Amino acid sequence: MKPPIIEGTPNALPADPETSPQMKRADVETTVEASGLAQRFLLEIGTEEIPDWMIPGALENLRLLFEKLDLPHESLRLDATPRRLVLRAWGLPMRLRDREERVQGPAKGAPAQAVAGFAKKQGAQPEDLILEVTAKGEYYSHKKRVPGRPVKEILAESLPGVILGIYFPKTMYWTGKGGPRFIRPIRWIVALLGEDIVPFEVAGVRSGALTSGHRRLGAREIAVTATDFEQRLRDHYVILSAEDRREKIVREMTGIRIKRDDALLGTLVYLTEWPKPIVGSFDPQFLELPEEVLITVMRHHQKYFSLEDASGKLAPRFVAIMNTDGDPQGFIRSGNERVLRARFNDARFFWDSDQKKKLADRKQDLSHVTFQAKLGSYLDKAARMAKLAAELGGDAHAVRAAELCKCDLTTELVKEFTELQGVVGGLYARAQGEPDAVWQAIYDHYKPESMDDALPRNRTAQIVALADKLDTLRGCFGVGMIPTGSKDPFALRRAAQGVVRILVEGRFDLPLTGLIGGDDNLRAFFDERIRYYFKDIRGFKYDEVNACMASGAGNLVDLAARLERVQALRPTPDFEPLAASFKRIRNILEQAKFTGGPFDAALLEPGPEKELHDEYLRIAGQPIESAIAKLRPKIDLFFDKILVNAPDERIRRNRLALLHTLRVEFSKVADFSEIVTNL
Amino acid sequence: MQSFQEIILKLKRYWAERGCVVQEPYDTEVGAGTMCPETFLRVLGLEPYRVAYVQPSRRPADGRYGDNPNRLYKHQQLQVILKPAPEDVIEQYLGSLEAIGIDLRQHDLKLEEDNWEAPTLGAWGIGWQVMLDGLEISQFTYFQQCGGIDLDLVPAELTYGLERLTAFLQVKDSVYDIEWAPGFSYGFVRHADELQYSVYNFEMADIATLWKLFELHEGEAMRLLKLYDPKSPGKKRFPLLPAYDQVLKCSNLFNTLDARGAISVTERVGVIQRVRKMAVGVAQAWVDQQGGSAAAEVTQ
Repeated sequence: MKPPIIEGTPNALPADPETSPQMKRADVETTVEASGLAQRFLLEIGTEEIPDWMIPGALENLRLLFEKLDLPHESLRLDATPRRLVLRAWGLPMRLRDREERVQGPAKGAPAQAVAGFAKKQGAQPEDLILEVTAKGEYYSHKKRVPGRPVKEILAESLPGVILGIYFPKTMYWTGKGGPRFIRPIRWIVALLGEDIVPFEVAGVRSGALTSGHRRLGAREIAVTATDFEQRLRDHYVILSAEDRREKIVREMTGIRIKRDDALLGTLVYLTEWPKPIVGSFDPQFLELPEEVLITVMRHHQKYFSLEDASGKLAPRFVAIMNTDGDPQGFIRSGNERVLRARFNDARFFWDSDQKKKLADRKQDLSHVTFQAKLGSYLDKAARMAKLAAELGGDAHAVRAAELCKCDLTTELVKEFTELQGVVGGLYARAQGEPDAVWQAIYDHYKPESMDDALPRNRTAQIVALADKLDTLRGCFGVGMIPTGSKDPFALRRAAQGVVRILVEGRFDLPLTGLIGGDDNLRAFFDERIRYYFKDIRGFKYDEVNACMASGAGNLVDLAARLERVQALRPTPDFEPLAASFKRIRNILEQAKFTGGPFDAALLEPGPEKELHDEYLRIAGQPIESAIAKLRPKIDLFFDKILVNAPDERIRRNRLALLHTLRVEFSKVADFSEIVTNL
Repeated sequence: MQSFQEIILKLKRYWAERGCVVQEPYDTEVGAGTMCPETFLRVLGLEPYRVAYVQPSRRPADGRYGDNPNRLYKHQQLQVILKPAPEDVIEQYLGSLEAIGIDLRQHDLKLEEDNWEAPTLGAWGIGWQVMLDGLEISQFTYFQQCGGIDLDLVPAELTYGLERLTAFLQVKDSVYDIEWAPGFSYGFVRHADELQYSVYNFEMADIATLWKLFELHEGEAMRLLKLYDPKSPGKKRFPLLPAYDQVLKCSNLFNTLDARGAISVTERVGVIQRVRKMAVGVAQAWVDQQGGSAAAEVTQ
């Protein structure tokens, strides 16, 4: 039992500063005081089956919307199954005490009209306003007493908005045109504060204290309290916690050698209320088909885990996760086996019939497959890719792979299992006797498909993958198909990201500028992907990335090497002071609008100025790592003693020229003025 | 063992008991039960309606010469429309499975997200595929839009794949081994149909003739639609239903041409647009003719 809260303020709660409403509403100051004994709160939104992948996001959103209500509570928990979103909070007060709200208005000097407007908005007369002294000056503000209210009342009033405010990527209406929208129809609502029902209505459904169990193993109406809710559900074959369902699945698969698949497990956890694994088998003859095809059928089409034998090879068995408690008659197992057999038979039929026409003989068929209306057919694309592969230094194998890699688009197997494009082409090429380099390049040419995905396995494959992606990017940008916001139908971001990864991690010493042509939009698009890659994936600091990119991002291997040097230099004692000096140099040059000019050593004053120049002459051309320590004291001294803006114009311009020379010389690795320092 | 026809009869009886008009199949070729006027036009407007019918549905590209145990050129759908969808619609649907002898406590049932969209009809909805022991046996859709028009009452559409369901119940690996009626297999009843239509659709259909027919039917539909006058006092007698038949003809011709490989990917989009234009035109005029919301807003 949690200790009751007699009094508390929202500030005493472990609020996340990012999401806490107090922090956002900076101009409103409130003191909320709670009173009454602590209560449990339970909200269950009972729905028809919600798509599994939307559930975690919906719960987070529900949490946020509840926290915005600003009700003091000790703890909060969110749970869901496909048919219910549940929020439970502990330690809510019975009522909120009276509170004072102070809203800050216009500054003291504001026109009378603005002051009157503010007063009117607050429902007050201008003379009711008070003047307050703040750090920024004197401001009008309005204080009003907000009477405390029962929490039940607040909840009843706000929950309909909370529920319908939950964001889903796609919603529907069901009560009629113009009716409320939700992910799927809402069929019941449980809303209990302590023992009381919080009364409200959403989409014609009245809140109450009746939940619903598993569709076939549980009762349709079950009376619950805020305390026994989870247990009552369990009695009716609903495991409320996703973690518990996950744990049950994993526990019941102990001892079975499944191919681990966390994404599939996550899906199944939100597809079931009472999950239970069941093992089925298939005819070992199907193992003649490529593993890739078998696994795709099981994984993507049937949501089965595949099994492996002791040597790690695919075993002729699978695990299906049922949404029920058992299969005493074996109906479910044999049903699933029959479905899988039919699917495997289809796959075998396609595998055999596709091979009646070799991949190489399908090239001409690509002329009927449109890549993009303005960019022609896949035959055109393949021709461009082959040329590009050669330009990238690819050998005859790379060129052949580029010509053949799209041919699998005309096969029945790819039409049936589109997610296997590339892979299927590679498998057919291998079966049809193409050399390793060729079939592997075809197999891998869509890689990497994500940040976690591996690169194509060798140089030839990497060249073909580059050719494919670069052709798509150049083509689409060339005809003005530039991704905006979330619209990216040709997955150009992924393509560009793939290019960046292959170039950097595959250590391709190629100038990006040459690869993407002179397209400024495409260059900007790539810069964004390069920045993202080094910052978010590789973990360089954003100012390091800015500094190094400012010194050139034409060759990504070189850029990566420079970033590593800057990262290594950063903790050394001279680095930040020198960076600060370079920022100062940049500012001075920018203010003087100085972009270069003649330099005359004879004009240098003896002392710090000349010493700086002498040092420059000594260390110019040395690696920055050794130059930096020598340069720093001279620059410091220079700025300490020398006035750049000398009264004599010639001397002034000569000093600017000296600084400009330094900047050019020492910005080859990175533009240090981009480094953010604490100095 | 329940025969194919017994299962159909039981399902029809079940839905008749729940207030459905039991209709007979529509007599023009369609690709799905959704395309019949009993669904496509009836879901529009404010009149509640409940109907159930078996609709033989033609998908020329799915033909396999009668060789493939799971794929058919023509399959039988049981189409149920409940407009508006009752609150316990899923329970009613599950009850229909129990009515044909499926003890759901002994089976694994899941509703997996599957939203339906028919671009040629300007129609879409939100729903699921119903999975029974890993087999998709039905499609369940809450219609949102039809003919490009937001629906006033949201109907539930239940589409049962009757061959699959029967193969499941009779534990048959091939659809052709299903018992249609005692002593008559599905293959005996339908195999010739599958073989000959596959030959026609894939090999012998005359492309030029099909295009000509497409244009003739399209012309007739568009001619009628142009003649429809919402202000005419006699508009109730205007032949919109015959105009819609022309749209169905075009749709089937499009599918046949597609199966014949006569439509390139680029052309495809254009032809779909042409069919959609006709379907949307009929739907809008129909709403007007029925005196429903005159300002039927078409969302493109």
